[in-house]
Amino acid sequence: MWSYRLNRRRSGKPNKVARRIATGIAGVGSPGLACDRRQAISAAIAGMGLLIGLRFSLTGSAMAEAPTGTAASGDGRPREIGSGVFVHRGQLGVYTPGNGGDICNTGFVIGADAVAVIDTGGTAAVGRALRDHIRSLTDRPIRYVINTHMHPDHVLGNAAFKADNPAFVGHGKLGAALTARAERYLAFNMQAVGAEAFEGTEIIVPTVAVASSQSIELGGRRLTLTARPTAHTDNDLTIHDSATDILFTGDLIFSGHVPTLDGSIRGWLALLDTLAGQSVKQIVPGHGPAAMPWPDAARPVQRYLGAVAGGVRAAIREGRTMSDAIATVAREEQDQWELFDEFHGRNISAAFAELEWE
Amino acid sequence: MVFEKTAFRSRAAGICGGIILGFALALAPAAAQAPADEDMWPGIRKDLYADRMIAEDDGAVALEAPVRADDAAVVPITMKIPAEVAAKAKALTLVIEKNPMPVAATFTFGPAAGVGERMISTRVRVDMYSNVRAVLETTDGNLHMATKFVKAAGGCSAPALKDAEQALAQLGKMKLRLYEANQTPLMPEAQVMIRHPNYSGMQMNQLTGLYIPAKYVQSMEVKRGNDVIFTMEGGISLSENPNIRFTYGAGDAGEITVTAKDTDGSVFTVRHNPKGS
Repeated sequence: MWSYRLNRRRSGKPNKVARRIATGIAGVGSPGLACDRRQAISAAIAGMGLLIGLRFSLTGSAMAEAPTGTAASGDGRPREIGSGVFVHRGQLGVYTPGNGGDICNTGFVIGADAVAVIDTGGTAAVGRALRDHIRSLTDRPIRYVINTHMHPDHVLGNAAFKADNPAFVGHGKLGAALTARAERYLAFNMQAVGAEAFEGTEIIVPTVAVASSQSIELGGRRLTLTARPTAHTDNDLTIHDSATDILFTGDLIFSGHVPTLDGSIRGWLALLDTLAGQSVKQIVPGHGPAAMPWPDAARPVQRYLGAVAGGVRAAIREGRTMSDAIATVAREEQDQWELFDEFHGRNISAAFAELEWE
Repeated sequence: MVFEKTAFRSRAAGICGGIILGFALALAPAAAQAPADEDMWPGIRKDLYADRMIAEDDGAVALEAPVRADDAAVVPITMKIPAEVAAKAKALTLVIEKNPMPVAATFTFGPAAGVGERMISTRVRVDMYSNVRAVLETTDGNLHMATKFVKAAGGCSAPALKDAEQALAQLGKMKLRLYEANQTPLMPEAQVMIRHPNYSGMQMNQLTGLYIPAKYVQSMEVKRGNDVIFTMEGGISLSENPNIRFTYGAGDAGEITVTAKDTDGSVFTVRHNPKGS
């Protein structure tokens, strides 16, 4: 396994900060520090954030340094949406000190033998809070950390699970995509959320790459991981749980948060057509409610992407410019989504650059 | 899902400045170290135009740019020269002041550039909040400038294309579109597109984790028949898949030909016959 930190030091030589965080995390699983573990967990449950717990366990003075913008707060504990399937709903927004980078849905599936984590949140602290929730429910080993795609709000919590020595699993193209973006993702988002909340965060590229499809046995249940063709990004992976018939779609499905296009609008629309024809009990979107009915959850995304593609194609046909398309296309969707102003123009820009080659 | 929305200057900028080798448009690598609040223009201006007078916002050239870019790697820019100035327009230079290689492109007009309102539209990378300037040189030796401030960041280090495999598979593919429906009798419009990553030298190789050397479309010649519409010298500030939309003078005959060359010496050509020619 190797990883990126801001200084691009390889994980084989942890720096001081990483070593300290790793020590704290390791303490969770080691018998000699069981007391610290309970303190850490109760601190997290009390909504104080894991950093306090760690400081308390290491220094014995809990309130010496009150954290600014409790990075791990979120909206509390994960919800069990199906037997053994838990989802933590991230806050709606872009990275800010206020939300600490806890802005996407994360989840985990508990089998008879092992636990699989599905997305880890936007900082190591968010990942640590997720790990604490898992550890408050089960002591079974965390054998798999699966990322649905490359975006930082979904992968930057991976470092919290390093000490578990899991397989980090992603789409066959995830490693390359993350490598290309590692430095930017770390630098931009640290600036957005603040250095303290970002502490210990690094990019960990997958150790297991899914080329097409792969199954994971957790004991009494099987996860089926499917690498999708370019859609939301060029490295989207879906995860289906056999025991509950729940599908984690990652950012192939948004709800509330406007969809964001960083792959191919043609690919995304085609993939949603295919997926909408498949029957699953419910899905977990990348952003939005913990669980949604299927294929109903796909409809607003299909409508939005359809409006963007249709409007952009018309603009290109009529010989209008990208700037004009950005200002005019699919504005009727504005009231249907949150964060529309943040991402819609960029979506049009991306769709235009793709569709003008048709 | 999060895109980077804050200003940040990558250390890679220094590397980028370092790999620009003796290219005519390249300015001192010192430009790559520009702090956010430093005024880069006096130095750039001196390198490009020495002490010549530049008339600002006198209407000889107009610049359209977004106040805030939606995608810092693909920022649409349009430059226009009114008909009364077009006849004596000689060269148009697009400068993105805070970019590591500030001159995005210089367009030099030829006899087929036309006599009506002239337009050149392209897409650029903007690495940090920056003034964008269009400087027009006229045949009488005068300089005219229009300026817009663009809020965007990180454009130079954004990975090439959203689909990495496609970027490599289709390199060199070109498309030339003539806007028959929009054409005014005097100044028809056309658009040339090239599939090219236009590597800035600030992007990471996805397999090795090393910086990809700069490799970009460095020159382009656009002709109608045997007459030049414009030639362009470009740099890393032009977006991946360089895309230029332009007006040209209506003529009786001759197909539109575009020949582009990248820094590796690869040559790309596309031609198209206007309807009725």
